[in-house]
Amino acid sequence: MPSVYIPALLRSATGGQELVKVPGATVREVVASLEREFPALVGRLVKDGRLLPNLAIGIDGEVSFLGLAEDVGPEQEVQFLTAIKGGRSEALS
Amino acid sequence: MKVHVQFTLNGEPAEFLAEPRQTLLECLRDNLNLTGTKEGCGDGNCGSCSVLLDGQLVTSCLVLGVETQGQRVDTVEGIAKGSTLHPIQKAFIDHAALQCGICTPGFLMATKALLDHEPNPTEPQIRLWLANNLCRCTGYDKIVRAVQAAAAEMRA
Amino acid sequence: MSTTTYHLIGTRPPRHDGADKVTGRALYGADLKLAGTLHGAILRSPHAHARIVSIDTKAASQHPACRAVVTAEDFPETPDRIVDLGEGDTPLSYIRGNMLARRKTLYQGHAVAAVAATSPQAAAEIAALIQVVYEPLPCVLTAPAAMAKGAPLLHGDLRCTEFGQPTTEASNVADHFRQVMGDSEKGFAEADVIVEREFTTSTVHQGYIEPHTATALWNNDGRLLIWCSTQGSFVVRDTVACMLDLPVSRVRVTPMEIGGGFGGKVPVYVEPVAALLSKKSGQPVKITMTRREVLEGSGPTPGSFIRVKIGAKQDGTLVAAQAYLAYEAGAYPGAMVAPAATCVFAAYDIANQTIDGYDVVVNKPSTAPYRAPGATNAAFATETVLDEIAEKLKLDPLALRLKNASKEGTRRADGAKFRRIGCVEVLETMKAHPHYTAPLGEPSHAEAKRGRGVAVGFWMNAGLPSSCTLNVHADGSVGLIEGSTDIGGSRTSIAMMAAEVLGLQADDMRPSVVDTDTIGYTGVTGGSRTTFATGWAAYEAAQDVVKQMKERAAKLWKVDEVHFADGVFSAGEHRLSFKELAARVGEVGAPVVGRASINAKGPGGSFAGAIVDVEVDVETGKTSILRFTCVQDAGKAIHPSYVEGQMQGGSVQGIGWALNEEYFMSPEGRMMNASFLDYRMPTALDVPMIDTAIVEVPNPVHPYGVRGVGEANIVSPPAAIANAIHAATGCRMRHLPMNPPSVLAAIQQC
Repeated sequence: MPSVYIPALLRSATGGQELVKVPGATVREVVASLEREFPALVGRLVKDGRLLPNLAIGIDGEVSFLGLAEDVGPEQEVQFLTAIKGGRSEALS
Repeated sequence: MKVHVQFTLNGEPAEFLAEPRQTLLECLRDNLNLTGTKEGCGDGNCGSCSVLLDGQLVTSCLVLGVETQGQRVDTVEGIAKGSTLHPIQKAFIDHAALQCGICTPGFLMATKALLDHEPNPTEPQIRLWLANNLCRCTGYDKIVRAVQAAAAEMRA
Repeated sequence: MSTTTYHLIGTRPPRHDGADKVTGRALYGADLKLAGTLHGAILRSPHAHARIVSIDTKAASQHPACRAVVTAEDFPETPDRIVDLGEGDTPLSYIRGNMLARRKTLYQGHAVAAVAATSPQAAAEIAALIQVVYEPLPCVLTAPAAMAKGAPLLHGDLRCTEFGQPTTEASNVADHFRQVMGDSEKGFAEADVIVEREFTTSTVHQGYIEPHTATALWNNDGRLLIWCSTQGSFVVRDTVACMLDLPVSRVRVTPMEIGGGFGGKVPVYVEPVAALLSKKSGQPVKITMTRREVLEGSGPTPGSFIRVKIGAKQDGTLVAAQAYLAYEAGAYPGAMVAPAATCVFAAYDIANQTIDGYDVVVNKPSTAPYRAPGATNAAFATETVLDEIAEKLKLDPLALRLKNASKEGTRRADGAKFRRIGCVEVLETMKAHPHYTAPLGEPSHAEAKRGRGVAVGFWMNAGLPSSCTLNVHADGSVGLIEGSTDIGGSRTSIAMMAAEVLGLQADDMRPSVVDTDTIGYTGVTGGSRTTFATGWAAYEAAQDVVKQMKERAAKLWKVDEVHFADGVFSAGEHRLSFKELAARVGEVGAPVVGRASINAKGPGGSFAGAIVDVEVDVETGKTSILRFTCVQDAGKAIHPSYVEGQMQGGSVQGIGWALNEEYFMSPEGRMMNASFLDYRMPTALDVPMIDTAIVEVPNPVHPYGVRGVGEANIVSPPAAIANAIHAATGCRMRHLPMNPPSVLAAIQQC
């Protein structure tokens, strides 16, 4: 089962747990498992099926190009990194 | 009114019609289709457009085309002898003295001017003669070494 | 360390484009001449911040040499949306707004309108005939000023995102994020020594010698053809298609030879404008920026305000670190502050960290990446604070770094855990390098003082997609087709990786960088990814060639199994070299075409360090570089000359950033030094030879162990030079550039 490193600012949602193991073969499935186990994470990582614009997916420490669609192996660790770029105009929020 | 200019270009008689305001760089690139000479700044500070005017190293963006009437202009296109590269050109390739290559024509002309003047230059002399040519890729190390190698080759 | 032996990798064959580039035959963007080409010119805002009251193009349009005029109104009306054009998610309106301003101009040099005319001179004259009425607005030029209460707002509609959550406050801060690991308060409480300092760094430009240039032809079949100078042809295609609301299939981008980029030619500036002008005029249109336009109207890299606090135990163990990073995005959000946060403490294993990042808009050009974007500013702070800690603890600065160096398994504050990296090996190489212990020598005159400094830097590198096609010819040569703009010899390094598989020499390869119709999607030449990712694609394509060649040989010899080693195919008594078999492929089957497209994962970061000796003239404040050594982990150096070239080039850019380069702004937001005379980049006379030491800690996921080397080398030089100036004068430098006035001021204050 892949593990997930929970960013410090989201750890209140996991009862302070830093590293959690949840099932999933893709990042999307891993996030769905996380949300089932820790409902407070709903909307904090993914919204309307898309990763929040401030986040990027890391797999074993390297930024993933495919994001939610990336495959995750059972021994791998998923991280939620800070995305580059950004900016949010009112019309888009 | 365009001006008819006759001059010697890379050893051959040549002519072109120039607007009086056109620089030699523009005349070479736009009127004579010799695009080997590059424009990096247009105000004489990067050296990419360096050519030899009667053997003197000049930035062609600061020379008017009409000023070359009756003079000799040498550009990067004229360095090689037919299909054989000049030792300076060969040294630049062998010593990896170019990365993007946009400044290379200017450096080749500046090197030619230096070695025509001083066949056995010291490192400070090389750096001084190349100081009007900006290269942003190499940090100059391999360029200086290529010039040293070319000088040695040409003396041999 | 690397041990595998190769026949070609690690050697230094001449580059394939060498002859063209030393004879002037190589065609760069501005060298292209299509019949009937018109010349474009762009009218730019003289104000750093102004409302556009009106634009009157009548006089310009009526000029006899004018063929087209465009403004922002000529972009198609499409609703705003988030797009990712290779630099992360960004609102479409911001990208478009930077190409041609709508309603407001946000920096001096902001493009407002463009014309196409029959000559470059006429175009410039006609652009000046466009009448724009501006209502100037107060401007803000630095991150702290833009963050202050009551600061003029650049974007009325920009709302700050705080810790990933939208807020309702209109602000110049586009984003505030925080990365936390451990408990830094607790960590500092355990520290014996704490150093906290503030730093400012000026806006600097990549300084590529070739200005931005593009030729666009809106063809009569409805297709838009573009030839340009870009680090990423597919980014140009996608951006233009997005700006002009066209399907990507309607746009073909041909990357010409490129005269430098360093990140600055990732964003798109002139291509969509040239396309609109071509559409209106029915002729090809070429736009080439002037040097002034490059400095005022393209993207430099952010200036910054940084606070770094580090705590250490008496034995040198780093126990806590805190960073406040406020980066100037320029006119539109996207200051590359997230990579800065990734890199700020990346070299060290520190259990307790808090990093705050602020992406702040200011009235300066919209910033672009520049070689390890964000990391150099951050390292200037971290590495000089560490030098101060080493001084206080009476520890050797490299020993302090080695004691705390990141290694495999070290976690960064952003959550990522390092795989195999070469931080320790780089530091050990620095420590063992003869330069580190060589005598400094006597100062050249009575007012001169000498000192030595060190620093290290990190860049994480990028993977991204790359494609490669290999065409095997009857004489055994191989045409290699790829889509990565070659800025420093990469086509040769990439060809060497395929040739290594095939048992061929570099000279047997014929690499070409081609247009977006001709090769599969390939990401930008950026993130130090080209040799890593496109080279990997070439390796995979070569494996595909081997597989097909084996099939042909099996058919030829009527055997089931064929072996391939050292460039020779064999089965029992049968033996044919690659070239011999290539000549006979046609006897038994179709031509051999190898293909690969990959989404390269695991670029592995690269660490680089600098050792520098300086001489400071304490009367004038002038700093001279006496000796410089760059050490970098390349994973595996495919073509060592080009690896050294990256290290030397990045080092000298770092020296320029450290000592001279800055956007010198008037209070009204005008750039006062928009030429290469006054924006002073290092010349051959300003620097010594740059010694290099390549460290090879193979990247475990790459077939040849490659780590990209394009960027990490620029990160440490400003900090190393600051530390050397301190060693010489006893004064700490906390502002970039460390030009004579600022060094003199520091000497007078310390």
